[in-house]
Parts: sequence; structure tokens; C-alpha cells
Amino acid sequence: MIAPHVLLAEDITKRFGQTEVLRGVSVSAKPGDVIALIGSSGSGKSTFLRCLNLLERPNGGRIALKGEALELAPDRDGAMNASDPRQLRRFRSRIAMVFQHFNLWAHMTAERNVTEGLTVVLGLNPGEAIERAQHYLQKVGVFHRKDAYPAHLSGGEQQRVAIARALAMEPDVMLFDEPTSALDPELVGEVLRVMRAVAEEGRTMIVVTHEMSFAREVSSEVVFLSKGVVAERGRPDEVLLKPQTERLQAFLANSLK
Amino acid sequence: MTSLQVAAISLAIASVFGLAGAAAKLSSSRVARGVVDVYTTVIRGVPELALMLMVFYGGQTLVNYLVQRAGGEYIEVPAFAAGVLTIGFVFGAYMTETFRGAILAIPKGQMEAAASIGMTRSQVLLRITLPQMIRHAIPGFTNNWLIMIKATALVSIIGLDDMMQRAGLAAAATRQPLDFYLAAAAIYLAITTISILLLSRVEKRFSLGVRKVEFK
Repeated sequence: MIAPHVLLAEDITKRFGQTEVLRGVSVSAKPGDVIALIGSSGSGKSTFLRCLNLLERPNGGRIALKGEALELAPDRDGAMNASDPRQLRRFRSRIAMVFQHFNLWAHMTAERNVTEGLTVVLGLNPGEAIERAQHYLQKVGVFHRKDAYPAHLSGGEQQRVAIARALAMEPDVMLFDEPTSALDPELVGEVLRVMRAVAEEGRTMIVVTHEMSFAREVSSEVVFLSKGVVAERGRPDEVLLKPQTERLQAFLANSLK
Repeated sequence: MTSLQVAAISLAIASVFGLAGAAAKLSSSRVARGVVDVYTTVIRGVPELALMLMVFYGGQTLVNYLVQRAGGEYIEVPAFAAGVLTIGFVFGAYMTETFRGAILAIPKGQMEAAASIGMTRSQVLLRITLPQMIRHAIPGFTNNWLIMIKATALVSIIGLDDMMQRAGLAAAATRQPLDFYLAAAAIYLAITTISILLLSRVEKRFSLGVRKVEFK
């Protein structure tokens, strides 16, 4: 029988040289889950997220999407590579990512940023792609900026275009890598509102974040990473309001300051 | 016309060497990086004239050595082919550095974003990297091209019937060197000026989305 998980990552390990960044981290996301990954910088939370779509190659572990295991094989340096590039690309197209620094393609308009993946990866014809792109741009509230280039958009607008780009792939799960950390404080709200709306639609999300209020109010599970291991995890009200470990207590005390 | 042909074909060859060299320099293969490091260091460090003569005569000897070992007859490498190959090879080293810098100027995150939605490597290269690389490469590319056009004057040394060769012959025959060399210089200047104009248009074309934010 197939597990009812959308995305399953088990026992992910990662070394950078001699430094062990991840020492066996597991996460499983069921449909509609919003998992908030929290932890201080250097805890490995972004690295873990990047291992899920193999932007970072883990040294060990298993990744499965909707019951299908990603085939991995270690190379000479001991890092895992996808044995089937086609399968990896299919996985990636089902796991969309939103980055800290937006990473919009600077030479394309907002709309083109969204249509590009639809035509190139999903094979939609240009008409369908534009229609779908406009739908999602409208959804994140930047439709009126569709013909602007990223350099002419505010940080908040850029990140919303990036969210539209990810949403338009209609993925099984969305990864957010500190999506508001690079934004001016007054722009954080608009991006969080969009993310909240996306979560409320029932999309499965894994979010690396420093926004404790978002974690508390929106997530279904909070995972606290510390020094490459999961130090604590559970429902947000329990984990954030009644932290059991000293490390999490210290972390929360610091992040509420 | 020979000068223009030499320049155009050399440019194509130099661009191929440059792209391959830049790819090798940015690759994870230590061997590839080492080979290209030697290539760019040596080639950029030796005068073009010396290289031209070395590659022309040395290449001639090498080709014939290989051909004769394979049991073939002596062959004369055509001066045109030798000239464009040499100039292309030499300027490929400069192009390598130009292209390498241009690729490095593109934020890595943009390539990651493309990979993260499932684009193949070549799709990332063609759709994200190359279009932006061109913009970053144009200023350096223009420089290389201008220097290269002028370097084609060197092919007259190896007996190619280029503009300098003709100017030299005419100057000798008429004993009016200033007139003919001035004319040759004017033609070079015309070619380079047109090049600059064309390439700055290309730069504008590939700078969509960047232009307006510079120095408001």
C-alpha cells in the first residue's frame, strides 16, 4: 500500500567537507500540511529544504513523492545524485520552490517568468500558459505589474511573482526558503498574506521561516532543527508555547526579542 | 575583403574556443580547468605575432609530421586556414575570460530557480544563462573584436593577401607609403566604427529589464 504522504524525506544527511550539516533529518508531509522549519542560522534548515529537490545533494537518505521513491546513487565523493535525470526533472516540476532572494529571471517580464516553466517544462502552448500565468498573477495581486521586469518591481512584488511562478506549475508540494528574510519590514506582510492564502487553499507547503507568528498561526507542524538534527517537533501551539528543550526555549526567547 | 573574411571567421572560431574555454573553467573537472588555465595564461602572455609565426610554421610541421607518420604525402597548409585558425585560437583565450566573467555575473540563484522547476541543463543554458551572458559579455567582446580586426593585419606576414599586404605592395610600387597606409588605416577605422555601433545596439537589445534602473 502506498503511504498517504505527498512528500517523504527520511534520514537526510549532508556533509560540507568535514562539517556535518544534517545528521539524519526526516519530514513527512501529508496533503494540505504546512510544515514550518525553524532554527537558528547554521542549524541546517535551508540545506535540508534544498536537499528535497536535490539543489543540494544529500550524502544519505531517501526522498519519495506521492509514494514514488526518487532513485539516488552515491557518486565518488559520497554525495547522492539522481540516477535518472528524467525522474529528477519530473520530481522537480512537481516540487516548486520559492527562494529567499526571489531568483526571478532578470531578462524576462513578470508574466514571462511565470509562463516560461509552463511552456518549457510542462509543454503548455503559449495561449494556455499566458492564461494560467495571468490567473496566478491575479491571485497573488501583481497582475497589474505583469509587463514589468524584475528590476522594476519592489521586493514584495518580486516575491509574489516568484510565488505565482511556483503556483502556476500546480505542484504537489511547495518549498519556501526563508521567503521574507530579504524583504524590507514593511513588505513582509504582503508576502505572508499571499502565503497564508495559498495555505488556506489546502496546498502542501514546507516553509523555512523566521516568522514565528506565521509558524504559529498557519502551520500544522513545527520542526525545530538544531545542529543538524530535529530537536523538537509537533503541533505549533505545543511546540512554540510549551517548548520542552532548552535549545528551543533559548531560540524562542531570542527570536521574540 | 580578405581582411574582413579573416576577421569574421576568426571571430567565429574564437567564440567557439571562448565558450568551450569558459565552460571548462567553470566546470567541476580539475583536468579541464587545468588545461584551460594553461591555455589562457600562455596565449595571453605571448605576443600575437610570435604566436602566429609559431602556430603557422609549427602547425605546418606538426600537421605534416602526423600526416607522414600516417603514410600520407606532404601537404601545404593553406595560409588562409592557418591564419584564421591561429587568430581564432589566440583570441579564444581572451574570449574565454570575457565569457567566464559574463557567466559569473549572472546570479546563480537564477539558474537554480530554472533547475528547480525541472528544466534540463541545456534549457537552463539556452533560456536563462546565454541571453543574460550576452549582455554581460558585449563590452569585453567588443574590445576583443576590435583588437582582433587589427590583429588580422598580422596575417600579411604569413603571406596572406590581406589589406596590409596590398597597402604595402602599393606603397612600394608607387613610393607613396603615407597615402596607402592612411587609406588602409581609414578602412580599419571604418570597420571598427561600424562594429562599435552594431554591437552597442545588440547590447541595448539584451539589456531589456536592466537599462532603466542604472543611475536614475
